[in-house]
Amino acid sequence: MKGSGPPVATVLVASTVALTSSSSAEVQHVSFSTTSSNQVDMVIVPATTGQMGVLPGHVATIAEFKPGVLSVHEGSETTKYFVSSGFVFIHANSFADIITVKAVPLDRINANLVQKRLVDFTLKLS
Amino acid sequence: MAMAALRREGRRFAPLISPRPISAVRSSPIVPTHEYEGPIGVRYISTQVVRNRMKSVKNIQKITKAMKMVAASKLRAVQTKAENSRGLWQPFTALLGDLPSVDVKKNVVVTISSDKGLCGGINSTSVKISKGIYKLNSGPEKETKYVILGEKAKAQLIRDSKKDIELIITELQKNPLSYTQVSVLADEILKNVEYDALRIVFNKFHSVVSFVPTVSTVLSPEIVERESESGGKLGELDSYEVEGGETKGEILQNLAEFQFSCVMFNAVLENACSEQGARMSAMDSSSRNAGDMLDRLTLTYNRTRQASITTELIEIISGASALEG
Repeated sequence: MKGSGPPVATVLVASTVALTSSSSAEVQHVSFSTTSSNQVDMVIVPATTGQMGVLPGHVATIAEFKPGVLSVHEGSETTKYFVSSGFVFIHANSFADIITVKAVPLDRINANLVQKRLVDFTLKLS
Repeated sequence: MAMAALRREGRRFAPLISPRPISAVRSSPIVPTHEYEGPIGVRYISTQVVRNRMKSVKNIQKITKAMKMVAASKLRAVQTKAENSRGLWQPFTALLGDLPSVDVKKNVVVTISSDKGLCGGINSTSVKISKGIYKLNSGPEKETKYVILGEKAKAQLIRDSKKDIELIITELQKNPLSYTQVSVLADEILKNVEYDALRIVFNKFHSVVSFVPTVSTVLSPEIVERESESGGKLGELDSYEVEGGETKGEILQNLAEFQFSCVMFNAVLENACSEQGARMSAMDSSSRNAGDMLDRLTLTYNRTRQASITTELIEIISGASALEG
C-alpha cells in the first residue's frame, strides 16, 4: 500500500538461542543480527493485545509481543517467521525495530517434530 | 649454596673483575651464580645444569605455543556469536540512549571477568574501571553495589570491597554461552538487587589485539521516566505510544528487563572474545620470550662446553710437555 509516505523499513533483530536439548541438531537456528534491514509494505506483529499491523506512517509506538507468527508483506509476497517474545519499536520516520531472541522462518519448521518435542518437554516438566 | 660447594672443594671464588670479557656470561640473568671465572686451570661446572634449564624452557615454549593455538580456535568460535549479538542492544540504545553520566542514588556495577588466568591484563582493567565508577558515584545518600561475574574479579574485589558485593557468579563458561543462561542470570540479578542504574563493565572486542574496557548503562524504568520528563536525550520517549498491558509502567518494566538481558548477553560474549584474544597475545609473547631465553642458554651452553674441552686439552698438552721435560 505505497503512497501514504515511505514504505516501512523493518530491521529484524534476533540472535541464536542454543536449546540445550539432546537432539538440538534438528532445531533450526536463525541469527539475523543487524543486517536484515529492508523496505517492506506491512508487518503484522503478534502483540500482547492481538495482531498488530504496522504500515508506513504508523504512530510511534513501543509494543511488547508474545510468541507467535510475524508476517512481513512485501509487494505480493509474504514471509512468515515464528518469533519468540520481544519488543517492537515503531519510530516516527516509518522505521520499525523488531527485537526478539529467536526468529525462525516458518518453512524451516517441521510440524511433526514440533509436536513430538512438545510432548517430550511437557513430560519432562511435569 | 654454590659458595659452600666451592669452599668444600678448596677453590676460591675469583674476583669479579677479570681481564677476560665475561659480559656474555654475566648478562644472562638465568645462569646460576655458581658459574664463575677462575684462574686458568680451574675446571668449569658441568654443562648438566644448563642443559636441564634448556629442557624446561623448551617445554614451556611448547606449552605456551599450544595454549595460543587453543585460544585462537576458541576465539573463532565465540567471535561470530559476539558479532551477531551486537545487533540485539542497538535498537535499545537508539531508543533510550546510553547515559553514563546519569545521576542516581542506587548504582549497581556489574563487573564481567574471566574465570581462568593467563589472559593478560584485561581483568585488572575491568576491576580498575569498576572501582573508578564506585568512587565517581560515591556521595551522600548514594550507594554503589557490586555484582561480580568471574573468579578473577572476585579475587581482586573481595579484598577491599567485601561489604559492597551483592552477588558473585562464577563458572559461567562451563557450558557454551547462550541467551537462556544469561537471561536466567539477569533475572537473578534483577530480583535480588535494588537498582536505579546498572552499569555493566566489560571488555569490548574490537580486534584480536585491541580490547577496550566499556561501560554500558541500563536505567530502571523510574529513572527513564524522570529523564524523559526533564527533556534531553530521552525527551522524545513520551511521544511513543505504549501498546498493551495494563499500565505503561508494566511495559516499561519489561522493556528495562529485556534491555538488561540483551546488554548482558552481548557483554558476556564480548568479554569471552576479549579473554581469548588477550590469552593469545599473552601466550604468544611468552613463547617468544622462551625462544629468546633458549637462544641465550644455547650460547652459554656452547661456551661452557668449549671452555671445558679447551681446559682438558691444555691439561693434556702441559702434562705431555712436562713428561718430555
